[in-house]
Amino acid sequence: MQELIATLETQSDPLPGAAFEPAIVAFVCNWCTYTAADLAGTSRMVQSPNVRLVRMMCTGMVDPKYIIKALLGGADAVLVSGCHPGDCHYINGNYKARRRVKLLMEILPRFGIDSRRIKLTWVGASEGNEFAATVNRFAAEIKELGPIDTRRLPLL
Amino acid sequence: MGSIARIEVKDGNPVAALQNFCARLLADSEITAVLAPRQLPGNRGAMPALVAAPEQLHDIDPLAPSFRLNAARMLTRLTRGADDGGLVAALLRPCEVRAFIELCKLNQGSLENTLLVSLDCPGAFSNTDYPRFAANSGDTWSLVQFLGTSGRGTHGGIEIARACCTCEHTTGAEADLSIGLFGQDVEKGLLLMANTPRGEGFMTRLGLPEATDDGSRDKALEALLAERRAAQELMFAETTAATSDMTGLSQFLSACVNCYNCRAACPVCYCKECVFLTDVFEHKPWQYLSWARQRGALKMPTDTVFFHLTRLAHMSTACVGCGQCSNACPNGVPVMELFKTIAAATQKAFEYEAGRDPGEAPPLSVFREREFPELTGGLD
Repeated sequence: MQELIATLETQSDPLPGAAFEPAIVAFVCNWCTYTAADLAGTSRMVQSPNVRLVRMMCTGMVDPKYIIKALLGGADAVLVSGCHPGDCHYINGNYKARRRVKLLMEILPRFGIDSRRIKLTWVGASEGNEFAATVNRFAAEIKELGPIDTRRLPLL
Repeated sequence: MGSIARIEVKDGNPVAALQNFCARLLADSEITAVLAPRQLPGNRGAMPALVAAPEQLHDIDPLAPSFRLNAARMLTRLTRGADDGGLVAALLRPCEVRAFIELCKLNQGSLENTLLVSLDCPGAFSNTDYPRFAANSGDTWSLVQFLGTSGRGTHGGIEIARACCTCEHTTGAEADLSIGLFGQDVEKGLLLMANTPRGEGFMTRLGLPEATDDGSRDKALEALLAERRAAQELMFAETTAATSDMTGLSQFLSACVNCYNCRAACPVCYCKECVFLTDVFEHKPWQYLSWARQRGALKMPTDTVFFHLTRLAHMSTACVGCGQCSNACPNGVPVMELFKTIAAATQKAFEYEAGRDPGEAPPLSVFREREFPELTGGLD
C-alpha cells in the first residue's frame, strides 16, 4: 500500500499543458472483480491505464481508512468492487462493504470530497467486459471532474 | 409511564439526600457496591468511585457540575462477562448511560450486572473551568442556584461545556431509575422514576414515599430542549461552514498535536488497540522524505486529518455527544463540535441513535440484502 501511494505521489504532477490523467485506486475482491480484471486482460480488452488495482480477499475487509488514506494521499478517486449480492465467497462481505461505503458517502462529501470520486460496483468473475467498461467509464468521469484538491493542499 | 417516588431533601441539601439514597441502595441485599462521582481533594472536581462501605459515601457528589471523564468505560470493567459478585448500582449522567449501552452492544459490558441510575443532567463545566466554579462558590447554596436553572448554569460569565449547552438528551430515561431535578425545588425534594421492570422492583424495595408528577418537570424540560435544539442547530451550521472543504478542515484541526487524548477520553472508541498506535504508522524515513519531496513540505507529525477522519468513520455512529474529546484536548481543538455534527448525519443515514435502545444493533454490525441501491446505480 505504501509503495502504491508513493508511486501515485511521484506521478501526480503532470507536465504543464499535458492532459490530466487521473490516478484511481481500486480495491477489488479476489473472487469476483479481480478475476474479471484478469479475464479482461487475457481477453485483450482495451482498459484505461489510470486504475491501480489492490487485490483484497473480500470487499468486506476494505476498512474505511484505506479509502480515506487513498483520497488524502493523492488518488483522484477510489473504486470498490466485489461480487454481486448473494455471490460473496464469504457469504456477506459485500453487504458489509456497502454499509461502509454508505458511511463514507455521508462523511467525506461534507469536507468537499465529491461523492463521484467514490464508487461501489458489483462485477462478477465472468464479466471481463463489464469490468473494462466500468473502469473506462469511471476514468472518463474523473477526467471530467479534474484532479482532487488534496493533491495540491498542504494537508495536515 | 412507570411509577414515581419522592426523595425527600433535608436542610436544603440535595447532595446529602442523594448520599442517603446511595446508602439505601447499598443496604439492599442484591447490591454489592455503588459507582458514583466522588469529590476529589482540592476542588478538582469529581471522579467515579466504587463505594462498598456506607461510611465512605460522605464525599459522593452526583450533582457537582464536574465531568472529568465518561464513566461508561469504568462501568464496563465492573460488569463485563458473567459475574456472580452481585449488582453494581451506577449513578451516571445520561450521556454516560448511553455510552455504556453502546459498549454493551459490543459485549464490552453487561446491562445484566448493573442497576443504572441516571438523573436530569444539569450539565457540567469543562475540566479547566470547574476549579474556578468550585474555588469561588463550591458550597451548597451556589450548587442549589446552579441546579435551579434547570440546565442553564453559569458562573461568573463561564457557561457549562459546549457539549452540554447543545445536548438534547438530558433525562437519562434509558436507565433503570432516573432522578428528576428539572422544575423541582431541589431544596425540598427530588423525583425518582422507574423506567424498567428492574427499576420498578428496586423502587418498591427502597420504600420511598409515592409521588405524582405535577407536570412542572415536563414543562421545564420542554423549554430547555427548545433552547438546546436551537443551540445545536447553530453549532452544526457553524461547524459545517468552517469545514466545508479540506482546507477548512485542515484549519479546523490545525492545533492538533496528535496526542490522541480525544481517542483515550472517548467512551465509545471501542477498539482494544488503536491502529494509529501500531506499527502501521511507524513510517520509514524514506517515506517521510518522499512525502516532503512530493508536496514540497510536510507537516510533522503527519496523518492528523487522516486520524480524525478515520475516527469519524469508526465511531461517529456510536457517538453520544458527551464532549469528553474536547474536554481532554490540551490545545482547544473543537473536536466535539466536529464529531457531534458528523455523528448527527451518519446516525441519521442509518436511522440509528447511539444509546437509544440496547436492542438496536450498531449500523456497521448488520446489513440488509436490499438497501442503499443509489450506491451501485440501482443494482442490488
